Amino acid sequence: MKTGKILGISGPTVSVDLKGLKLYERVFVGHSLLTGEVVRLERDHAVIQVYEDTRGLGVGEPVKGVGRPLTVRLGPGLMGNMYDGLQRPLLQMRREMGPFIRVWKEIYGLDYMKRWNFTPYIKPGDKLEFGKIIGEVQEGAFKHLIICGEEQGVVTRVASGDVSLDEPFGELEGGLEIPGCHEWPVRMARPYRRKFAPQTPLVTGQRIIDFLFPLARGGVAIIPGGFGTGKTIFEQSVAKFADVDIVVYVGCGERGNEMADLIAEFEEIEDPWTKRKLTERTVLVVNTSNMPVAAREASIYTAVTMAEYYRDMGYHVLFLADSLSRWAEALREISTSLEEMPGEEGYPTYLASRLSAFMERAGVVETLSGKTGSLSMILSVSPPGGDFTEPVTQACLRTTGAFFMLDTSLAHRRHFPAINWFQSYSLYGKDLSAHFCKTVAPEWEEHRRRAGQILQQEESLREVAEIVGAEGLQDTDRLVMHTAERIRSEFLGQNAYSDDAFSPPGSTLARIRDIVSHHDSAVEKLKQGAKLEEVLKEGSK
Amino acid sequence: MRLSQHIYKTIRTIAGPLLFLDKVQAARIGEVVRVTLPDGKNMDAEVLEIEGDTALVEVYGSTQGLDIEQTTVTFTDAIKKVPLSPDIIGRVFNGSFVPLDGSPLFIPERWMPLTGAPINPAARARPADFIETGITAIDGLNTLVRGQKLPIFSCAGLPSKEVVAFILRNARLAEAGRSFVVVFAALGLTFHEYSFYRSVLDEMRTGFVAFVNMADEPVMERLLAPRFALTVAEYLAFEQHMDVLVIITDMTNYCDALREISTAREELPGRRGYPGYMYSDLASLYERAGRIRDMDGSVTMLPVVTMPEDDITHPIPDLTGYITEGQIVLARDLHQKGVFPPVDVLPSLSRLMQQGIGEGRTRKDHRSVSNHLYKYYAKGRDLRRLEAIVGRDGMTKADGLMLDFADAFERDLAGQGMKRRTVQESLDAGLELIKRFSLEVK
Repeated sequence: MKTGKILGISGPTVSVDLKGLKLYERVFVGHSLLTGEVVRLERDHAVIQVYEDTRGLGVGEPVKGVGRPLTVRLGPGLMGNMYDGLQRPLLQMRREMGPFIRVWKEIYGLDYMKRWNFTPYIKPGDKLEFGKIIGEVQEGAFKHLIICGEEQGVVTRVASGDVSLDEPFGELEGGLEIPGCHEWPVRMARPYRRKFAPQTPLVTGQRIIDFLFPLARGGVAIIPGGFGTGKTIFEQSVAKFADVDIVVYVGCGERGNEMADLIAEFEEIEDPWTKRKLTERTVLVVNTSNMPVAAREASIYTAVTMAEYYRDMGYHVLFLADSLSRWAEALREISTSLEEMPGEEGYPTYLASRLSAFMERAGVVETLSGKTGSLSMILSVSPPGGDFTEPVTQACLRTTGAFFMLDTSLAHRRHFPAINWFQSYSLYGKDLSAHFCKTVAPEWEEHRRRAGQILQQEESLREVAEIVGAEGLQDTDRLVMHTAERIRSEFLGQNAYSDDAFSPPGSTLARIRDIVSHHDSAVEKLKQGAKLEEVLKEGSK
Repeated sequence: MRLSQHIYKTIRTIAGPLLFLDKVQAARIGEVVRVTLPDGKNMDAEVLEIEGDTALVEVYGSTQGLDIEQTTVTFTDAIKKVPLSPDIIGRVFNGSFVPLDGSPLFIPERWMPLTGAPINPAARARPADFIETGITAIDGLNTLVRGQKLPIFSCAGLPSKEVVAFILRNARLAEAGRSFVVVFAALGLTFHEYSFYRSVLDEMRTGFVAFVNMADEPVMERLLAPRFALTVAEYLAFEQHMDVLVIITDMTNYCDALREISTAREELPGRRGYPGYMYSDLASLYERAGRIRDMDGSVTMLPVVTMPEDDITHPIPDLTGYITEGQIVLARDLHQKGVFPPVDVLPSLSRLMQQGIGEGRTRKDHRSVSNHLYKYYAKGRDLRRLEAIVGRDGMTKADGLMLDFADAFERDLAGQGMKRRTVQESLDAGLELIKRFSLEVK
């Protein structure tokens, strides 16, 4: 291991006189072994971005290069766990260090002592290479497939039954051990055989999403909104009810209390699809706003790598990040401390390319072992001042497939989820609607069109009504306004704290069918000369 | 650990609160440095940046009188810590932790680092238990809970200090037998405001600790005072197991001080000249509120933010709103109508309300009453715009009723004056209002 000394310190960046480092190599900084990453190399010194609080760090303290980039450990034991942005297990840290995170030290993200019941898929004589499945262990509700890491060669011995990660899961020719877990650099997308276009829906249980702006498995959606518009509650509702196997939730620079709430709720609530506790299908990565800023930048990469790992086992994984803006701000803070030339609003000019490269890690793929898995993303964005023209939202819009715009005025009226039905869109809409027509009912598409039309009509009528007053409108128009109001409050609005929080596609359709058919029969009655008041009274019976 | 103190006389540059020192050896980031003026006066400072043997040091306090030739700088090899003891209750300090009440400093039982340490998210308990403030617009519609941070967004000229005083006088925990300690941090206060708050604190029955930085005192202290206050609050909450309410007024002065210092450091300015790290910096304060699993005690925070130009999208209220769990918004038009407290409930929000209300906490019908009040009031407010165009006569009877409801809501429910209402009284008043207009509550 190469060792050098600290030359200078400015915020989270440290310059060192260490030669022979590689770009993005992981280093340990100072006596307290703070984790850092090489971000710039010069002939006689290197600049390191430290992932932790540099308070107390002194000039002259030692720096060691690890020889590898920042990685996460991937193996059984991730599920149900909770990590910080560098994959340190927060529950274990709480047990060892008490409620405050005071001492930073190297703690492995996986429990090496835990015993697993291993069923091998390979036998002596088989050839091993990266991505090949070695066997499985039961991790809670899931079959956790053990994927081969960098080791290559012919298998000579295979373990079976009771093992821990501390022991070899087998042996290769030449005595090389096959470990039960491996490391993967967080900034590198995990490989796969090929990628498919997203074509099947990811049912969220949120009517406005599933019905109007559906999301596909393998797709990416962003959900921007000012504060108080319900981004977090929406993401949490989706995390609870989405029709996926595994959820990876990253709280990136957000509130600690929110995370406490999320954890408490996930411990209580059942997954509506499998009837198991939500924690059993969730991996949490939490780097709250008061935790070190550079680790916040790394947190989304740490999380997405774990999500890809489960995708590689053939699972459908949903990646939720709250919020991407906090990640971008961390990027900006780091860029500023490196004295890079700023782009728009101080963000580095590589913001857009980093974002798009990140979002491309989503998708439906055929894995190296021939399975089909998917990684879908829902990313919240917190635009400053609720202004969507800001760089992060705009950069996201170029790559995402769906845009759920949260509307402050809806939130003020306590209409939740406060997703604006005129501004939001989903590029997956057409393909997925066909899918819903097949799986739920053929009239799905027709009702979707009708509902959109009624809301559209209301919008134009509202302008007229503001001038002449609602009384001045014709009965048919007032009926449209009445129905639109019903669609808004009874269909699009959904209380995240009630039994209505999850709506399967069948009941979603039944609900809109009911409203639209009431509307149609009311139109008929009006044609026959009935008064609107009477028609509505009948309707409400 | 160094065995001796390092003393330097090598100042190269003095710029505002910043000193550049040459030929410094083995300095540490965040190390406390003592600056001794030619006249023997001492000041504390902190190491901000080190580049080779040059250290950048920031002085807490006014740098007036510093010179390059004679001023000495002592590196103490220690990090800024706060002296603590239960005896701190009842004391008043300035922004540099010097007692202002004439008594000497207590004997410290413990020292804790000024910046605190982040609470492990896995160790946090979710905020729960309702706090009764006596204000209907808060208790009934935007309930505050223990461990929450709920800022008050005010505008210049609005009675934010009267609202804070009302809460100071009336805040109570639902659970009997527990009492509050209030930690009060005043940043950049005018004497007029200070004397008002002082008289309120003096008449309070519960204990308090106050940190006061006046408008003409060093801006650097504005960055320190809230951290002193929060370190004290954490000590009282998590070591002495008390329930602590932290009131910081005014965060706008804090952010302006942050901008001033950042500019002096020649950092790249962000929106409106505020530094790009303001979000993280504010979070390092606000996130110190909370509760811990399996532990008594809590830190609840009520910071006051005066929105420049009444603009809620200004970086200060905006970033605050992104970190805090909701906001209480005071509105100018309500104040002009004579409504006190002038809380505009529509943009106000308490994100943690759900965890504080309902059966066994406040009342079973709390959520439903509050939802209906919101709905009808929002409707009435919407219709006011229509009224401005078509006039009252052009509107339906039902719409007219909603307009009257909105007026009565502001006058009778939100505008309670100086009278304290228990949460039961608040909800009853809400129900009465809905019934008066023959509206339904499901």
